[in-house]
Amino acid sequence: MRALLTQTRTELTLSLRNGEQLLVSIVIPLLLLVFFSLVDVLPMPEGVTDAVDFLAPGVLALAVMSSAMVSLSIATGFERQYKVLKRLGTTPLGRTRLVAAKIAMVLVLLTIQVVVLVGAALALGWGPGGTPALTPLALLLGTAAFAGVGLLMAGTLRGTLTLALANGLYLVLLLLGGMIIPFSEMPAWLATLGKATPAGALSTVVQSCLRDGAPAAGRAWMVLAVWAVAAPLAAARWFRWE
Amino acid sequence: MPSADASRPPDPAVEVDDLTIRYGDHVAVDGLSFRAERGRITALLGPNGAGKTSTVETLEGYRRPSSGTVRVLGLDPAADHGRLVPQMGVMLQAGGVYTGIRPLEVLRLFASYYDDPADPEALLERVGLADRRGATWRSLSGGEQQRLSLALALVGRPQVAFLDEPTAGIDPAGRQLIRRIVADLRDDGVAVLLTTHDLDEAEKLADRVVIIDHGQLLADATPAELMATGQGEELHFGAPGGIDVAALAEHLGAGVTEESPGEYRVATAAAPATVAALTAWLAERDLPLADLRAGRQRLEDVFLRLTRSAADADAAAGAAPPLDGADRRGGGSRRRRPGRGAARR
Repeated sequence: MRALLTQTRTELTLSLRNGEQLLVSIVIPLLLLVFFSLVDVLPMPEGVTDAVDFLAPGVLALAVMSSAMVSLSIATGFERQYKVLKRLGTTPLGRTRLVAAKIAMVLVLLTIQVVVLVGAALALGWGPGGTPALTPLALLLGTAAFAGVGLLMAGTLRGTLTLALANGLYLVLLLLGGMIIPFSEMPAWLATLGKATPAGALSTVVQSCLRDGAPAAGRAWMVLAVWAVAAPLAAARWFRWE
Repeated sequence: MPSADASRPPDPAVEVDDLTIRYGDHVAVDGLSFRAERGRITALLGPNGAGKTSTVETLEGYRRPSSGTVRVLGLDPAADHGRLVPQMGVMLQAGGVYTGIRPLEVLRLFASYYDDPADPEALLERVGLADRRGATWRSLSGGEQQRLSLALALVGRPQVAFLDEPTAGIDPAGRQLIRRIVADLRDDGVAVLLTTHDLDEAEKLADRVVIIDHGQLLADATPAELMATGQGEELHFGAPGGIDVAALAEHLGAGVTEESPGEYRVATAAAPATVAALTAWLAERDLPLADLRAGRQRLEDVFLRLTRSAADADAAAGAAPPLDGADRRGGGSRRRRPGRGAARR
């Protein structure tokens, strides 16, 4: 237990010490939320009068993607490249506790993000609706899905390639995933594609949890659940420790 | 084989029996056998690509033998990995540490993995990094990283330590420090197995030297035994490369070979008359004499002889019998392929 706690605390410290990771996981979602809530330039879905009502659920989904996929994959990818994972393999820590520590780290990071972003959204006049009780489940499924994608990259590609790909995917999924730009504004084929990604599924689900009048999310829950199972399985199957 | 459950693991700490490791068609380790004892420093010595790291990584449990067996503290490093790792200290050739972490943080982290760890502060002091506690791993010099890696190998108070090239790329002061710590480990009864391609290192530090090349055992002996072979019957000198060895041999009345460019061996006792004849011959041709050694040879000479081409190896084997008959694998067919070795130093 001491090893698990120390491992989690150390990984969290290293993550928070890393400026780029803080930028991706806190600063960018916060900036998007505040800027586009105040500056009325983004198209909004039908029935949304206050931009923050659409943006708050969107940036929560974005926060999951940034910590579970981007931060986790970049850190793990470099740990693999610099043989940290290999070295840990000859300590009594063991894979189970290492993976548990990484999950714990992501969840703590996510908690910090949620507190900051929800606080900011409320300050901007956000009035949550929908079925908020399901939000934690949605965020956990999203975490599993994105962590699976992130670890799949980290465990199969070089550290620098993982870095580039994770950041590229972040931007693509930010645009395609319905997080700040509604699917209703996209051509049908692009919206269909976007909704099939874990980002699109998660944002649709979180919208339905936190916004009255959001589109029904039954299908999105299913897509999200598939990603949440398939991606970690794929990571477990193909992850190489060296 | 004693029971793995015995309260005190059996000696020797490390047993390698007929180990073979293949990567596809490439044979990295080929029928290697040796032992490493507790309270002894065993050096696994060989040129780059000799199979040292493959062997050590098998002992650490990273890979399984293609054939043959390895035992560490009586355990199978792969199958009994969980029981072995608390007693094992490992230093990888490079890396192995979070790039953004500080020395004391990583020592405390590793200490948390073990039931009875060494004191991280004291260990930091011991490897001479007490004044670098604010630096992150990536800002440490190569030598400082090596010392921190060594400290991480020791934090769990291991019974057996595997150190892969522990002094590679380190300045002389750091090298001295590491040698002292490794010697202390030995004195505490730890079985230390280190790899090196540095002959000087093996000669200074090891109680036993296991020389391998192309994955095969060439010699397994103490440094003193290795250096004693062929002693007194040879004269070594350094001079410009490419001198006429045939003419010199005729002049001296003894065989002369150029062992590597500019390094010569005369197959005769170093009698004063021979030395005089040699210097006179060189003087006539206005050739400088770089150095001259008689009698006690360095491990480097042994190493070069052992890793020389097949023809030379057979000639050398005539002058110096195999160092360890039992472990020497049979006959000429397993010896070096011709044309290798001289350029490899």
